[in-house]
Amino acid sequence: MSGKTLYDKLWEDHVVHTEDDGSSLIYIDRHLVHEVTSPQAFEGLRLAGRKPWRQARNLAVADHNVPTTDRDKGIADPVSRLQVETLEKNCAEFGITEFDMSDIRQGIVHVVGPEQGATLPGMTVVCGDSHTSTHGASGALAFGIGTSEVEHVLATQCLVQKKAKNMLIKVDGEVRPGITAKDIVLAIIGKIGTAGGNGYTIEFAGSAIRALSMEGRMTVCNMAIEAGARAGLIGVDDVTIDYYHDRPLSPKGNDWFMAERMWQQLHSDPDAVFDKVVELNAADIKPQVTWGTSPELVVPVDASVPDPAQETDSTKRESMKRALQYMDLKPGLAITDIKLDKVFIGSCTNSRIEDLRAAATVAKGKKVADNIKLALVVPGSGLIKQQAEAEGLDKIFIESGFEWRDPGCSMCLAMNADRLEPGERCASTSNRNFEGRQGYGGRTHLVSPAMAAAAAIAGHFVDVSTEANQGAQA
Amino acid sequence: MRAFTKIDALVAPLDRANVDTDAIIPKQFLKSIRRAGFGPFLFDEWRYKDHGEPDMDCTNRPINPDFVLNKPEYKGAELLLTRENFGCGSSREHAPWALEDFGFRAIIAPSFADIFYNNCFKNGILPIVLDAAIVDDLFNELTEGYRLTVDLDSQKIVTPSGREIVFEVDANRKFRLLNGLDDIALTLQHADQIHAYETERAKRAPWLFAS
Repeated sequence: MSGKTLYDKLWEDHVVHTEDDGSSLIYIDRHLVHEVTSPQAFEGLRLAGRKPWRQARNLAVADHNVPTTDRDKGIADPVSRLQVETLEKNCAEFGITEFDMSDIRQGIVHVVGPEQGATLPGMTVVCGDSHTSTHGASGALAFGIGTSEVEHVLATQCLVQKKAKNMLIKVDGEVRPGITAKDIVLAIIGKIGTAGGNGYTIEFAGSAIRALSMEGRMTVCNMAIEAGARAGLIGVDDVTIDYYHDRPLSPKGNDWFMAERMWQQLHSDPDAVFDKVVELNAADIKPQVTWGTSPELVVPVDASVPDPAQETDSTKRESMKRALQYMDLKPGLAITDIKLDKVFIGSCTNSRIEDLRAAATVAKGKKVADNIKLALVVPGSGLIKQQAEAEGLDKIFIESGFEWRDPGCSMCLAMNADRLEPGERCASTSNRNFEGRQGYGGRTHLVSPAMAAAAAIAGHFVDVSTEANQGAQA
Repeated sequence: MRAFTKIDALVAPLDRANVDTDAIIPKQFLKSIRRAGFGPFLFDEWRYKDHGEPDMDCTNRPINPDFVLNKPEYKGAELLLTRENFGCGSSREHAPWALEDFGFRAIIAPSFADIFYNNCFKNGILPIVLDAAIVDDLFNELTEGYRLTVDLDSQKIVTPSGREIVFEVDANRKFRLLNGLDDIALTLQHADQIHAYETERAKRAPWLFAS
């Protein structure tokens, strides 16, 4: 009999009951809650007279609608304000811990979870947000759910699920200088497509993944959903264990030693069989820039905008044409000739301390280009903001002409006041370049934090991995 | 939840791949704390020429006449025919809420994004996966007034020419959809098993049950 994948192990560890058709009742260890996808779920509980099954397994934070400036003045948009206030009321009524806007621990739910040790290796983690896949970086089975399932988890601490298939994505070798987790995951999406992971849980492995920090691993797993997989996973190693040591909600004392022993088993067996295996050579990966309206429409920074005429598949060709029209780009244009209007450094993909350090290293001592109307840096949590300020990163950004903001989802999806205006073009460290995502009519190019910072300084895309640029940064 | 048994439905074609949930229902409408009323804002950025905002009266908004759902021949369509990876992107259940509120009961595509697919079943919408070649056939033979019957119990679609197309659906999901059942009530029938699981798990991972 062949060995088990990490996903097999996590799944088996959480099965409460299995039906004849193979669908199972899965126990959920941690439920994260935010303001956008929860109000209707709490309302459902209220109407049915139900209570949370286990209050302490839930943790709530408002992130999508919160302003990133003038927090003390509250939320100007009355519709956003009502949603955030509704979360506060619901958490108070149902006895759920919430980090409110004034709490230093407030931030993007997928940044806050690992930072607090609220999401841990070996857990099942869900949230009414597709980027819940982020938490798989710790060897947890983590995936996004809809509002009906939010209500279901609140009421039963379980979900009805069917087991997905196993996919292994191996990235071996060493990346070139300047290449980050974001470039790795965009290259993966470029290779397998946005539907490539549909029906699978993806485990990321290989020496280039092992070499990443926990922050980098979270960036990779965060975008598993952009490859179509609800969950992304990375096996536990010393990097994982070190990261979770002494987090506020991590196990303490004897529990810690017990947890550590258990977590060290959280990797795929050497003889585990995957339904699909994809391999990439890390050394081949260049800085990635998306040019279209789907994350799979991505090319290396030294390439040009592709020509739909070269595409043989008619559906794909039409999608490319539509994307070019929306993005107002012509085939053959060099990526480095694309001029930008705004730059956004933030989101659950790239707002952790390592991301801010990478961007600050590029920006240090330079000025944002004149054609950039707004360059935003939005830390992922209050604690990251504090840490960055202790390191003086805020001063580097402000002196360069970036705006230094309060934590939240911000311009990743523009539910608050931070957004693109129609026709504006943005270099963004977020995760989705869909039409209108960052604002009605806005045009998004997804990149790494270093690439975004370099684009802000130059006013157009530049290759941060070339020696010339690295020399200039020194 | 409304049960789904059998429909004889007018079909609207949306000939695009990778239709994402931001396109199905843009984020500004996610600020609502209600579950109903998203239908007028379905595909808002494609459907209208102006920028939509929550609670807007849509009756006098300038419509995009080229968008398929604005064409008079598709008025009252209950079945959406589309391309691969429909519903990709965010987990927002507002997407099936908007489709359902607009009047769609079923969606046919070569593939769906996993979270969206799952969310449909919670809202009385039947997502049907068919081979890309069959979806192509349906697109090709679709003319004005084209209707399909969809029978969930027998898992069969019948075309106007009498062609029968069998589709797959999980037994559990089918049962719940056919009967319009509340998932939570069904799960709570296993309450004893959930408690037993917690007791056993607390021995292995006590830190999860510390408070």
